[in-house]
Amino acid sequence: MSAPVLTQFDLAIAASLILLNAAVSWGFRLGLERTLATTALRMVVQLSLVGFVLTFVFAQTSPAWTIAVALVMAAAAGYEVVSRQQRRLAGPVPFVLGTGMLLFVGTLFSVIAVAGLIGPEPWYAPRYLLPVLGMVLGNAMTGVSLVLDAITSAAVREQRQIEAHLALGASRFEAFSDVLRRGLRTGLMPILNAMAVAGVVSLPGMMTGQILAGADPVEAAKYQMMILFVIAGATALSVLLAGFAAVRLLTDDRHRLRLERLLPATSSA
Amino acid sequence: MLRIENLKVGELPPLSFALADGECLAVDGPSGAGKTRLLRAVADLDPAPGHIFLDGAERREMPAPAWRKLVRYVAAEPAWWTDTARGAIRDREGNDNPKGKASAKGKASAKGKDRLGWLMDALGLDAALLDRPLNLVSTGERQRLALLRTLLDEPKVLLLDEPTAALDAGNAALVEELIRYQLLAGRAVLLVSHDGGLSNRLASAHLELARAVPRSQPAAVSGQAA
Repeated sequence: MSAPVLTQFDLAIAASLILLNAAVSWGFRLGLERTLATTALRMVVQLSLVGFVLTFVFAQTSPAWTIAVALVMAAAAGYEVVSRQQRRLAGPVPFVLGTGMLLFVGTLFSVIAVAGLIGPEPWYAPRYLLPVLGMVLGNAMTGVSLVLDAITSAAVREQRQIEAHLALGASRFEAFSDVLRRGLRTGLMPILNAMAVAGVVSLPGMMTGQILAGADPVEAAKYQMMILFVIAGATALSVLLAGFAAVRLLTDDRHRLRLERLLPATSSA
Repeated sequence: MLRIENLKVGELPPLSFALADGECLAVDGPSGAGKTRLLRAVADLDPAPGHIFLDGAERREMPAPAWRKLVRYVAAEPAWWTDTARGAIRDREGNDNPKGKASAKGKASAKGKDRLGWLMDALGLDAALLDRPLNLVSTGERQRLALLRTLLDEPKVLLLDEPTAALDAGNAALVEELIRYQLLAGRAVLLVSHDGGLSNRLASAHLELARAVPRSQPAAVSGQAA
């Protein structure tokens, strides 16, 4: 029971559908034609490459390759998190910290899901570990981007309120408690929404894939539930860590607000 | 006693001066001279090299929140992080008695309530203002409420930035009276005000920030400042 194979011709027909995007951009003068072309091309190149890379890595028995691919994935997620910020912190610290944190959380939760729950042989089999890591990283990345953006923009917007609180002797976490709370809520929203509509409005990607590949829908649904719980846990932990890191990076050890550490706003966010 | 040694604020030359308990020093100078930045630096809200001592203790010897409880900055346009003034006051009160024993907490808040009522009277504020949404409270009332929240837990040094800017003559007189009372109670005041009369009546000395420019500077600079 395997899915029918897609031909190059099938892909070409699917690709022509993107002309609709171009028509919208052109008709409303959105100026997105170039971006559209580069992102579509980027997607094709990335997915083609990853197909070959995964074929190669799955064929290896050494875990070193799995670790190498995991590192690349986490670094890419860390880079995305940083580049999605409207006002981002100067220097390499946010990227290094973000990548390290995503790698830690992603590995922890992927190992729980694969070694602890799915239980393939061997437990670190890249065929299971890497796709799960990808889903965990992708969702954690979205949550982390949102919480960071929410906290930095609130810190800029509410500078006077935060400093009024600090001037009365509040610690940095007291002065940021409202901002932090709102930021965490923002960061958790997507995964909560995803769980709320899963199976009703949208069939989650992994379940769709398994069904297309011929799996029993009930079994696919069980897998999807497990993955959503794992993703929710990973997102909660990474959003929490990112929120506290953001407050620390926007302040110093004398509990001063240090907005000059933020780079000027970019329009591309 | 507040003592400042070689404090480097923005582009200004290093500042050194002392302020005895119960003394008021007026900080004068044209707009943009760095008066607000000086007050913020003394409150340790902005990084500034140099030394600031309060009763012999340098600011870095204590955590920054503890320093700011003693050396209290009041901004010219006070901001609020809560919907009502009472919310902000309760925030700070709860913080001063964290997980305190019930009896100690009760005693503290009873004392705090007396002081709150006394300050409301002194500033001519109606008790209902505490629970009114702050966006419905006038600018002048907000400014006096900011002074109130500052004085509730009795800091040692007050850094006042234009404390009467948004007030009519009557309320400005109330605030002046309250500042004078704080001086009598032994608090030191660093005052920035465009109201020369207020500075002259309260301050025993003046710090002219434009004059702090070294004399070797070209004459054109002091000409511009004048």
